[in-house]
Amino acid sequence: MTLGLVVNPFAGVGGPAGLAGSDGADVQREALRRGSRPKAGERAAAALRVVAAAHPDAEVLTAAGAMGEEAALAAGLVPRVVHRAPTPSTADDTARAAAAVRAAGASLVLFAGGDGTARDVARGLPAGTPVLGIPAGVKMYSACFAVGAAAAGALAADRLAGAASPTAEAEVLDLDESLLRAGRPEPRLFALVPVPIAAGRTQARKAATPASEREAVQRAAAGAASRMRPGVRYLLGPGGTTRELGRQLGLDTSPLGVDVVQDGRLLARDVTERQAFDAIAGHPAQAVVTIIGGQGFLLGRGNQQLSARVVAGLGAHPLLVVATEQKLIDLAGRPLLVDTGDPALDARLAGHIPVVTGPATASIYPVTAVATAATPIEGASECV
Amino acid sequence: MSLPIAPKPALRRFHQARWDEPIVFELHTPGERGVLPSRAESGVRQAVGDVVAALPASLRRAQPPALPEIGQMRVLKHYLRLSQENLGADLNVDVGQGTCTMKYAPKVNETIVRTPDLSELHPLQDQGTAQGVLEIIWRTERMLAEISGMSRVSLQTGGGSEAIWANISMIRAYHASRGEGEQRDEVITTIFSHPSNAAAAKMAGYKVITIFPDADGYPDVDALRAALSPRTAAIMVTNPEDTGIYNPRIREWVELAHAVGALASYDQANANGILGITRARDAGFDVCHFNLHKTFGTPHGCGGPGSGANAVSEALAPFLPGPVVEKVDGRYVLDADRPQSIGVVAPFYGVVPNIVRTYAWIRALGAPGLRAVAETAVLNNNYLMKRILEIPGASAPYATGRRRIEQVRYSWQELFEETGISSEEIGIRAADFGMHYWTSHHPYVVPQPFTLEPTESYSKAELDEYADVLAEVAREAREQPEVVRSAPHNQTVHHTHHDDLDDPERWAVTWRAYRRKYFGEGATVSAAASDEEAA
Repeated sequence: MTLGLVVNPFAGVGGPAGLAGSDGADVQREALRRGSRPKAGERAAAALRVVAAAHPDAEVLTAAGAMGEEAALAAGLVPRVVHRAPTPSTADDTARAAAAVRAAGASLVLFAGGDGTARDVARGLPAGTPVLGIPAGVKMYSACFAVGAAAAGALAADRLAGAASPTAEAEVLDLDESLLRAGRPEPRLFALVPVPIAAGRTQARKAATPASEREAVQRAAAGAASRMRPGVRYLLGPGGTTRELGRQLGLDTSPLGVDVVQDGRLLARDVTERQAFDAIAGHPAQAVVTIIGGQGFLLGRGNQQLSARVVAGLGAHPLLVVATEQKLIDLAGRPLLVDTGDPALDARLAGHIPVVTGPATASIYPVTAVATAATPIEGASECV
Repeated sequence: MSLPIAPKPALRRFHQARWDEPIVFELHTPGERGVLPSRAESGVRQAVGDVVAALPASLRRAQPPALPEIGQMRVLKHYLRLSQENLGADLNVDVGQGTCTMKYAPKVNETIVRTPDLSELHPLQDQGTAQGVLEIIWRTERMLAEISGMSRVSLQTGGGSEAIWANISMIRAYHASRGEGEQRDEVITTIFSHPSNAAAAKMAGYKVITIFPDADGYPDVDALRAALSPRTAAIMVTNPEDTGIYNPRIREWVELAHAVGALASYDQANANGILGITRARDAGFDVCHFNLHKTFGTPHGCGGPGSGANAVSEALAPFLPGPVVEKVDGRYVLDADRPQSIGVVAPFYGVVPNIVRTYAWIRALGAPGLRAVAETAVLNNNYLMKRILEIPGASAPYATGRRRIEQVRYSWQELFEETGISSEEIGIRAADFGMHYWTSHHPYVVPQPFTLEPTESYSKAELDEYADVLAEVAREAREQPEVVRSAPHNQTVHHTHHDDLDDPERWAVTWRAYRRKYFGEGATVSAAASDEEAA
């Protein structure tokens, strides 16, 4: 078990400066000019201090300087520099640093940053490499972040201890910040990555529970499969749970896209919004969606193919929502969110909706339209 | 100078015994015996003949059982040492095992259940010779009917989950009797109701719908409305929930269920905060159950035997499990001739010693005493909550700022985010101070949870001591985290790794399985051995 660390030195600088993100050299310069100070290195050091307490001799594979070396030293750990990037570093440097620590043998890649960093890290890593985000960014729609720096450190320390700690698949979402600054957030789903989870450590010895989140995902997907009806055209949204549904149906569905399924057959793979719209015309149809990212979005984040007109075309019960109970629990009481861009449609979708968690189980959970949700964007910066 | 005795420090300098005592099988010494029975006299032997000759070959062992051979004194020492190596309910301030209602089980009741008049009764002896115990069962049923407001009670089940199973079985039989068994295939529960409700309903073939709390942390009545339909067989809820939050709209919940033809089942396993204050039937419930080992002061044992009591309305009475005790012309008789009954759900007439303890407990307290139990338990809990919430890093999520009934599910999330120290680590460190603190909080909804339930048994001084220990451990988490992380320091064993307990390939609940899985002994496993392990 070896730990890798990638710090995006510029993560989060745009937030305090009111720039809705920190992507791009121009924005970073402007943020620094407005007085922002980067915090990602400090956050990474805070996480590593928890690791150091449990494993004082742990080696950290990382990149030189502000991209990880300094944080490891600040935490009292021994950095082994496996990558050097020019200063100031860029998004491509983040991806290259992630690739380098993985190639050097890191079996968990910790990174400090936000959604943009998560996307770059995922881009640089071979599929299936466990990662964990230390929250330090402005935008954090992705589900691959720990609740805080110390929590990230505790999870990493557990893994270093060699415990067969479980992982869960988490979405990496990111949006085009130039669009966000223009008004409307439209994050896309870029990757599914395994993240270590603590669930189960202190779980009940009184009741039978799925031994792992992976089994819970399988049960939830089996629940959705058992509720699919003949003659209905299903739009399978993206996400780990819907991908598992595709697997159980024996179909080669697209993990990050929308697929059209009917009577156990894959009619179309990775369709555009327009293709989805055309596919459901004149058919009884339903969208199978799961919770995308850490904020509780069902529609409007990472699955924009399921647009307002598509959802409106699905009839009286447009959504078959499938998720593990843990995903609902992780929302800590916050509602599920819909944001199709059509306030009237969103209002119609709001209320209480059954979330399929298994073949014989469902939970009733509130859904709120983003326009009426308390503070969705602020919520996005308080990552989950 | 030995006197005067030095004052004790504020925090107990506890140290658990560590005997390094082997497993009892490892004490095996061939030839040793606990008791040497005398050989029967020759006259007896001749008269009786070979008593085992009649045993069929299929019942004879080819090999003697691999039981340990140990002298009597060594056995005594073994178990005394083991008893020193645990934190029993009679030793520590056992408020850390919330939801289990670890109250004092009066020792005088042990004397009562050990009288030969009771201990030598046989469940199959003639009813005419067991009138006393049948009267106690009958009277206990009547008292529990009064406490719940229900019409009839069965004391047959041997524990809480079995009682919940009886609840859903009666509900299923009720709907079937009205021709609605097929139509009603869903049961609604809440996420903070005891999980056995969902489990029993699932086992009975129902689809289970779970309700999450509303924005204020209370059971969400709008979600209930969305979930109810003509397919609903029942709502099965705990109230107060495992968070200690009492559903203020509970009557409305029952009315909404009844409006669609569903029944309402009330998990009152732990009724410690509401005894003599509210009654299930007064809120309209059709079915409820109590755990005698939670609310009514019978011991929890080592995971049992417990005792459950099912109480039902007039309409559900025909479905009660049985036999039930009836009073006919001044005599107590067992009635097993009840055609609509769900039948036998446990051996004979219940766990009779626990029924007798319950009877003694209720009679000793009387009606005002039962109410005083609830009032004291609630007062204790709210006092302890104030003390706990003064500890930086501790919080009580959901219904923030409101009073709780008899327990609180707290969270160390703030402390965890600050220090990386988990609730589990805090619990292990608490054991260094002689305090039990468990980590079973299914489902895992509240992050870094701990659940404290002081019951009526503990004094203010003891609650203060428990709060002081948690405050000290929280301080250590901030200032000397390595002390907490490397705990326990004063305990018999260090850590248990749950991985081994969760993996069927690695768990070993018998000595034989342990020897087989880890040392390859007796590799030919019969189906019977596997069954034994599964059990």
